[in-house]
Amino acid sequence: MAQIGYSEKVMEHFMNPRNVGTIENPDGYGKVGNPVCGDVMEMFISVEDDTISDIKFRTFGCGSAIATSSMVTELAKGKHIDEAMEITRKDVADELDGLPPRKMHCSNLAADALHGAIEDYKSKKVGK
Amino acid sequence: MRQIYLDHASAMPIDPRVLEFAKRYVTNDFGNPSSLHSAGLTAKRAIEDARQRVAELINAEDETCIIFTSGATESNNMAIKGTALRNIRKGKRVAASAIEHISVLNPAKEFQKSGFELTLIPVDQTGIVDIGKLADILTEDTTVTSIMYANNEIGTIEPIQEINEIVHEKGLYLHVDTTAAAGRIPIDVQNDGIDLLTLSSNDMYGPQGCGALYIKPGVKLQPVLPGGGQERGLRSGTENLFAIAGMGEAARIAKDEMGQESERLKGMRDKLIDEISKIEESYLTGHPTQRLPHHASFRFSRIEGENILLNMDMYNIQVATGSACTSRTLEPSHVLLAVGLKHEEAHGSMVMTLGRSNNAEEIPIITKAVKETVQRLRMLTPM
Repeated sequence: MAQIGYSEKVMEHFMNPRNVGTIENPDGYGKVGNPVCGDVMEMFISVEDDTISDIKFRTFGCGSAIATSSMVTELAKGKHIDEAMEITRKDVADELDGLPPRKMHCSNLAADALHGAIEDYKSKKVGK
Repeated sequence: MRQIYLDHASAMPIDPRVLEFAKRYVTNDFGNPSSLHSAGLTAKRAIEDARQRVAELINAEDETCIIFTSGATESNNMAIKGTALRNIRKGKRVAASAIEHISVLNPAKEFQKSGFELTLIPVDQTGIVDIGKLADILTEDTTVTSIMYANNEIGTIEPIQEINEIVHEKGLYLHVDTTAAAGRIPIDVQNDGIDLLTLSSNDMYGPQGCGALYIKPGVKLQPVLPGGGQERGLRSGTENLFAIAGMGEAARIAKDEMGQESERLKGMRDKLIDEISKIEESYLTGHPTQRLPHHASFRFSRIEGENILLNMDMYNIQVATGSACTSRTLEPSHVLLAVGLKHEEAHGSMVMTLGRSNNAEEIPIITKAVKETVQRLRMLTPM
């Protein structure tokens, strides 16, 4: 049967998003999207021994944009940065029991924001 | 939690009286109106009674001006395509306001591929058609100009009388889509100078899958659905008897009760607007006073409409939005863009349309839910 609307998991993450907020002086920061398209996500990470010890997000976008952001923070927390870099958009969607087809692209930028934050951390580390 | 349904512009229940009235046309009196036997004649009589009721709702010259269709989309298509094709010698141009429903705009755009021109008429920030520009940009080769009586997304009521004068100075016909307005505010085709008018059954508590097109005597249009020649040959196909009979009854009830019901809803609407406008960075969309009595629409900065809809649904309150995230094309509502909103502003829209099931006791529940929803979503936003 074709999927109608959002999965229960998407709605659950939309209603109770994990890890909402910001981190002061984060080790890495990533931001993707733009308000014209209707999706902006920012991701803050704290890193200890190349492992993501804390992660927070803020998102402007539709229900699935919030759910994917929340899910990606759950997936990344506690992971080594190399492992976290391998989290794909598809992983996030799968973990949420799927997204409606037309939402696959625009609202599923959360993995990109995470990767951006990790890249930011890596570039700062090189600079130190 | 009790349901509070605030999306009457999208779908409405059938009035129980309409259902009771019309149900015999799918059980006992189910004949084909084209049949000459008694069952057919009973059905035919039901159709003609309904035609009379619908004609009375809009003060049509007589009932023969009314053609039943499958709904507003078909009526709009028929009005645009039918008149453009039939009057091609007058010119190959149609005009429409920039905030028309897509069932007006899309047939007009489709015709562009066959060499027709489309003139889009701009509206001001409140959604009112720019009368000055209308006079400037309408050209004499325009066969049909389509301006809605009132807009479904922002509630703005257009000055149809003034528009009618300008349209008839230059163009041929004025088509008016009254899907959002009929049964809510009085409409008089003769007084308003309307040549073609679209009606939707479900938008006035009638059955779904039914609509009508009013065609002023003398207005010429080509059938877009040829076949068995029903509905004066303009719209073939065996009549949707149950829905047509129901639409007639719905029109009768609307005519009788509209005045009182609109006053009741207007009071609730004004309270909603007062309360919700107090929220920081919230803005009314559409016109503050030239506005449908049951319609309250807003936009909120820094939050997104689909989230508003989903979050309000958690309170069992159903609202609508013109946000890009809920559209099939992922484009924001063309109506919100036409009134001058930026893409990021259009994302935060919320539309509430009241109906008979709503009452004043619901207002504080609704406004509290909106306040909490906006507050919660703004906590999540990076902007």
